[in-house]
Amino acid sequence: MALVNLQNVSYKYPLAEAPALNGITLQVEQGEFLAIIGPNGAGKSTLCYTLAGFIPHFFKGELTGKVEIDGQDLGKSNLNQWVLTVGLAFQNPFSQITGAKLTVYEEIAFGLENIGVPRQEIMERVDSIMALTGVSDLAQRSPYSLSGGQQQRVALASILVMEPKVLVLDEPTSQLDPIGTREVFQVIKKMSARGLTVIMVEHKVEWVAEFADRVVALLDGKMVMEGSPGEVLTSEHLAENGFGLSRYTQVARRAAQQGLWKPDVRLPVTLQEAVDGFRRGLE
Amino acid sequence: MKILVQDLHFTYPGNVHAIRGISLEINPGEQVALVGQNGSGKTTLVRHFNGLLKPTSGTVLVGDWDTRHYSVAKLASRVGYVFQNPDEQLFCKTVYDEVGFGPRNLGYPEEKVNALIESALALTELSDRKDVNPYELSPTWRKMVAVASVIAMNTPVIVLDEPTTGQDAVSVQRLAGVIAELRRQGKTVITITHDIDFCAENFERVIALSQGQVLLDGSATQVLGEEEILARTYVEPPQLTRLAKRLGIPRVVRDQDEFLEAYRGLLEARRH
Repeated sequence: MALVNLQNVSYKYPLAEAPALNGITLQVEQGEFLAIIGPNGAGKSTLCYTLAGFIPHFFKGELTGKVEIDGQDLGKSNLNQWVLTVGLAFQNPFSQITGAKLTVYEEIAFGLENIGVPRQEIMERVDSIMALTGVSDLAQRSPYSLSGGQQQRVALASILVMEPKVLVLDEPTSQLDPIGTREVFQVIKKMSARGLTVIMVEHKVEWVAEFADRVVALLDGKMVMEGSPGEVLTSEHLAENGFGLSRYTQVARRAAQQGLWKPDVRLPVTLQEAVDGFRRGLE
Repeated sequence: MKILVQDLHFTYPGNVHAIRGISLEINPGEQVALVGQNGSGKTTLVRHFNGLLKPTSGTVLVGDWDTRHYSVAKLASRVGYVFQNPDEQLFCKTVYDEVGFGPRNLGYPEEKVNALIESALALTELSDRKDVNPYELSPTWRKMVAVASVIAMNTPVIVLDEPTTGQDAVSVQRLAGVIAELRRQGKTVITITHDIDFCAENFERVIALSQGQVLLDGSATQVLGEEEILARTYVEPPQLTRLAKRLGIPRVVRDQDEFLEAYRGLLEARRH
């Protein structure tokens, strides 16, 4: 059975007229790297909050349908238990910092301390996760003195150190430079190869194409497409509905309209696909 | 309004030497993108333009004002600054009040304040959201409120710190439109960005910083073509620039039009 199982999930924020999620049915297997794309307001962050249990345990409102992760039913479980299974990295890393700790090291250790992990084990886990996420040099800095990009890595480290089964990430690289983005994607990919289930909201589609196993497209709270990155990220339907496509896809689409792209070649998402496709046009 | 930076150094408490000798000149009406890796000094540099930070040594002139001798409040009439995180600057109950706060503070008469608000709201497509509490808006629209509240101050210089972060394709397009309009109005726009494709498509001049110094400063075409040097500050050339290079197109391509034109050239050359 799939590790994450959503059956006909709908949710309406308190006082909202329209549902933020509307009939989402989705299964995610253990170790899968799933990307969620969609324009602002499509319900991506709401879906993250639901997977992480903040909906319905923190945000009230009306949740219907079934959310099951690792055999637990969200409606019947409590948040303390749920957060040990699902870790969430917020869109704004600032929201993640506890404010209770003076150094990055203590910040990352905070969650483990809270659940009573022995001291020696905390130190080992914190050291290893800091190395993995590239924040070892920041250990003694104040979490508030960090740049946005550094805060984003610290936030990721403080979740990974808890060793959740499912990692939910809401645009985890929005404030990172390209190399930092690549490093974070590589860390997440490595964790997913080791069996961590990853569900990531991301606008940077050329990265999604390179790293994700599967892509789900949301629009107005509904799932409008799902499939391999190559299928979803080049679809005409998305292009016409305000989804961001990679520059490679965009330019190849225009080239196709002008007869400069071979009609039997699928539109590209990544650089390599674009190079191959445009080279074929030159043959 | 010209900005002149001469041998600027800045050290944060705790001895972090963030700016290490930067000199540059930004002319009135220029559109400049600042790029470079996290921690290269981009935000530290622009926070000198509106006096949030004062030089440890060297000078920063905004027009004829040496920023050391002018308060942030005073400099706010010359340099508007949009924070990376809109939540650091929004506090009013409605979008309208938020956008009006700056011009009102600058002491403009009520009539002018209202006109500035309306035009900033129209430019950022917020007119039909003006009675909403900014915190009821999505982060995307909150960012636009932050942009509008700075535009409404009608300063000759506007600084945008990572405006495209977390924005979807439609709102990035909207921001590009805002920047184009500011260019038409003759404003100086200085933008920090990691979105190198956005940078290539919207800015004529690009300055790349690395470890508190200027690594490259020139036209977008010159700077974005310097793949090896940019790599030193963790910047990759734009997608279409890389694609064109891989296809053997000799010029630096910045946007889709340039790419398609160059590709046609390549096809022509093959035919002959």
